[in-house]
Amino acid sequence: MEKIALEVFRYRPEEEQTPTFQTYEVPLHKDWVILDALNYVKDELDGTLSFRHSCRMGVCGSCGMMVNGDAVLSCAAFLTDYRPGPIRVEPLANFPVLRDLVIEMNDFMAKLNRVMPWVVREQEKPVEEGEYLQTPEELMDYKPYAMCINCMLCYAACPVYGLEPEFIGPAAIALAQRYNLDNRDEGNAARMEILSTDEGVWQCTLVGECSTVCPKAVDPAGAIQRYKVASTTAWWKSKLLPWSR
Amino acid sequence: MPAHDIVIVGGGGAGLRAAIAIAEAAPSLDVALVSKVYPMRSHTVAAEGGAAAVIRDNDSLDHHAVDTISGGDWLADQAAVEVFVQEAPAEMIRLEHWGCPWSREPDGRVAVRPFGGMKLERTWFAADKTGFHLLHTLFQTSLKYGNITPYDESFVTRLLVADGRCQGVATIELQTGHVDVIAGRAVILCTGGAGRVFPFTTNGAIKTGDGMAMAYRVGVPLKDMEFVQYHPTGLPGTGILITEASRGEGGILVNRDGYRYLQDYDLGTPLDVSDERHPVKKSMELGPRDRLSQAFVKEQQKGRTIPGPYGDVVHLDIRHLGQARIDKKLPFVRELATKYVNIDPVYEPIPVRPVLHYFMGGIDTDVEGATVLPGLYAAGECACVNINGANRLGSNSLTELLVFGARAGKAAAAFAREHPPPDLAQLDKQGVEEQHRLARRFIQKTGGHERIAGLRQEMRDAMESGAGIYRTEAGLQAACDALAALRERFADLQLDDRSLTFNTELTAALELDFMLDVAEAIAHSALARRESRGSHQREDHPERDDDAYLKHTLAFCNGAMPRIDYQEVSITRWPPAERVYGR
Amino acid sequence: MSHYPRYRQFYPKLYRKRMPIFWWVHKRAHIHFIARELTSVFVALFAVELVLLVRALSEGPAAYAAFLDWLASPLALVLHALAFAMLIFHSVTWFNLAPKALVMRVGKTRVPAWAVAGANYAAWVVVSAVLAWIIL
Repeated sequence: MEKIALEVFRYRPEEEQTPTFQTYEVPLHKDWVILDALNYVKDELDGTLSFRHSCRMGVCGSCGMMVNGDAVLSCAAFLTDYRPGPIRVEPLANFPVLRDLVIEMNDFMAKLNRVMPWVVREQEKPVEEGEYLQTPEELMDYKPYAMCINCMLCYAACPVYGLEPEFIGPAAIALAQRYNLDNRDEGNAARMEILSTDEGVWQCTLVGECSTVCPKAVDPAGAIQRYKVASTTAWWKSKLLPWSR
Repeated sequence: MPAHDIVIVGGGGAGLRAAIAIAEAAPSLDVALVSKVYPMRSHTVAAEGGAAAVIRDNDSLDHHAVDTISGGDWLADQAAVEVFVQEAPAEMIRLEHWGCPWSREPDGRVAVRPFGGMKLERTWFAADKTGFHLLHTLFQTSLKYGNITPYDESFVTRLLVADGRCQGVATIELQTGHVDVIAGRAVILCTGGAGRVFPFTTNGAIKTGDGMAMAYRVGVPLKDMEFVQYHPTGLPGTGILITEASRGEGGILVNRDGYRYLQDYDLGTPLDVSDERHPVKKSMELGPRDRLSQAFVKEQQKGRTIPGPYGDVVHLDIRHLGQARIDKKLPFVRELATKYVNIDPVYEPIPVRPVLHYFMGGIDTDVEGATVLPGLYAAGECACVNINGANRLGSNSLTELLVFGARAGKAAAAFAREHPPPDLAQLDKQGVEEQHRLARRFIQKTGGHERIAGLRQEMRDAMESGAGIYRTEAGLQAACDALAALRERFADLQLDDRSLTFNTELTAALELDFMLDVAEAIAHSALARRESRGSHQREDHPERDDDAYLKHTLAFCNGAMPRIDYQEVSITRWPPAERVYGR
Repeated sequence: MSHYPRYRQFYPKLYRKRMPIFWWVHKRAHIHFIARELTSVFVALFAVELVLLVRALSEGPAAYAAFLDWLASPLALVLHALAFAMLIFHSVTWFNLAPKALVMRVGKTRVPAWAVAGANYAAWVVVSAVLAWIIL
């Protein structure tokens, strides 16, 4: 059986100050993804290697990693695409590392919370009155932004987030836009208070890598640029037509 | 030690729905939402096809109930099913109000699609990522309530019982390894199924039956555990699910000769795919999952399946739907097939085989989600109300976790209001004991010869060969014996990782410990049921036997092997009859 | 549920890696991005030049002639050729990004990205042509 080498980032905070790389030889099955190889390492070679994973079908968002420098879902990256190796596997960039391939994501979770990712309404419609109507076209206005699986590859790919950690970041802004563009939602003004600040859309310099690495084609870069236009229009409107609000 | 009013274990669909129900019904109560992952990683995320609820004028609650009861081979509790179908529509509308991106009709109303075993179109869907959207909608909505405190990546190891009621849980905070107690006046388990006790499953790595095993260990019986569902269409190798919606939209199953073999197994006569009446509801490809998976095995025995590198397959053909419809209604199916088996279903049929998917059985609860242990509730796949009987219909499980998640939340809130705060002194003592147990048995354990992965694989192989789609007395007995031996060998585990920070070897060991309990409950329950019903097919007892077995199995934790007992099935308006599909 | 970590009592020892100054040299996409950002310097230079031209004009015919002479010098010509190339790069990358920010609809269908970018290019050509007609 042909083999391929994985150079895996190791960091054991109870034993060492700085990370090291450890090399493992794994069988190169043609239908194995990086995650299969890591599970092989954990089961057969080294029980101490730590990483997050669950669904292995690209939808739970747990297993994002840097593979040869690119942010990918390790359940969707095939070993054969990295022939002949070695394959360098590291934790997601721009996040503090807890251990091995496990990053700390409290910051991301807090940011998700800040953009109010829920339907904001002045008056809730009683359940007895049935559903809100929403045409397929209205659905498509926001649906692409609703596809985000919170895998954080976009944060790992975003140099702005790396340099300015207070930046709310691609996924959270895309999620805010998901609700802003939903015809059932009335939270646009409330979200603007967060998105239009220095930590919001104006931090973005449009590197565009967030959209490139997104495994679900969410296009957060597009969401942010659209929001910049919307936010600017709203500002001019408030200055030129102060009575319109 | 943090203390709350209610502790919810599990942050998937049921757990989040329960949390929101409490937050809305009782804003003064304070909820802890404990998850071994982050809530949006929970396996609800992987559900694809949809969620059933009566919404159209041509449908009725009775139709939904009858489909569910006959689909479950009359083992469902009919009183519970009536509650379920009645509350389902409001739950779905509530989810719509919270922002779920349901697929729509051109006029803006919610769209519904046909599903296996359902007489009419009543399955609400969000393309073919319904579970994903449902979970994220619930998670994001839960963020707006200030009285829900998240305990993410906290692994619950044990339920704490004091003064005869459940008063909290012991947890390992994974990021630090710190063992703590989270106390509450009531505890709700929403920990999902245990698909990982089998080798070939659609279930994610986290589905290891933790909650089932923990309830079992404190004396709560596991109900109807012998009923495990094989989904007829999983991708070979990985076991990734190809949704039943692909057949609901008109996909067909064919054998090596291109023949729609289901017609040979009393599932109806096929209509041509160009016939506008195709797909016929409750017929052929839209038969129930148990019957379709069983037909695959029979077809395999006749040598008419297609050999492949990961075992035999049949073909799921959706090419006739055309690219536009596939991209609109089944984009995820196309993505998964293209990525994982390198087949574009627009041009080629998808190889599929039956794959373990769902547990009808689980922690014994009533319609309020209450268990026999005061203060302990359960909902979702980990619980067994039972509305699914001996076989669950596709798209009933997402609805179930909403209806019974909400009910369990409200019932636990009522219980919490009527009971005093937890006895912190007693709990603290138990927490310290648990910490010592974990240290002694795992973290500080030296020596040992058995690897986790080895034992786990042997357990899975034993389950597949003994407790798979078709079962026999001898096979089940062999599985029971193998599991007993594995239980002994588990004590001789060899562990490499002594650290406290994110020790995933420790959690893998604890999960294996849980899975062994669940596996034993399944095998022994199946051994004791000497009849064939729904998903439980005994080659040595091929007929359904209502006289002896129209009752629920209860497995009690009892030392070396479970004690099996039985409970009456509630029959209200639909006396047991023959299950008829395609006739 | 607010997702702020309120309950952690024992913080783990995190490893943090800082972004190096030359973080952008390893990837084509990043080099491309930095190039786009740096070419904006030349956009600014043209603006400065225009201001200087206006100042020279206000100072009288002599100053204006001297300024024009300087513009005709070989050094200035080389600099302008370079700046022109940079501006073309900047404009092209900018217009290519325009569809990201501009989502337009005609009736029920979304205007495709190529059409939005194309409209930008068309406007660019028209404006340039008008200017050329005025000047030449």
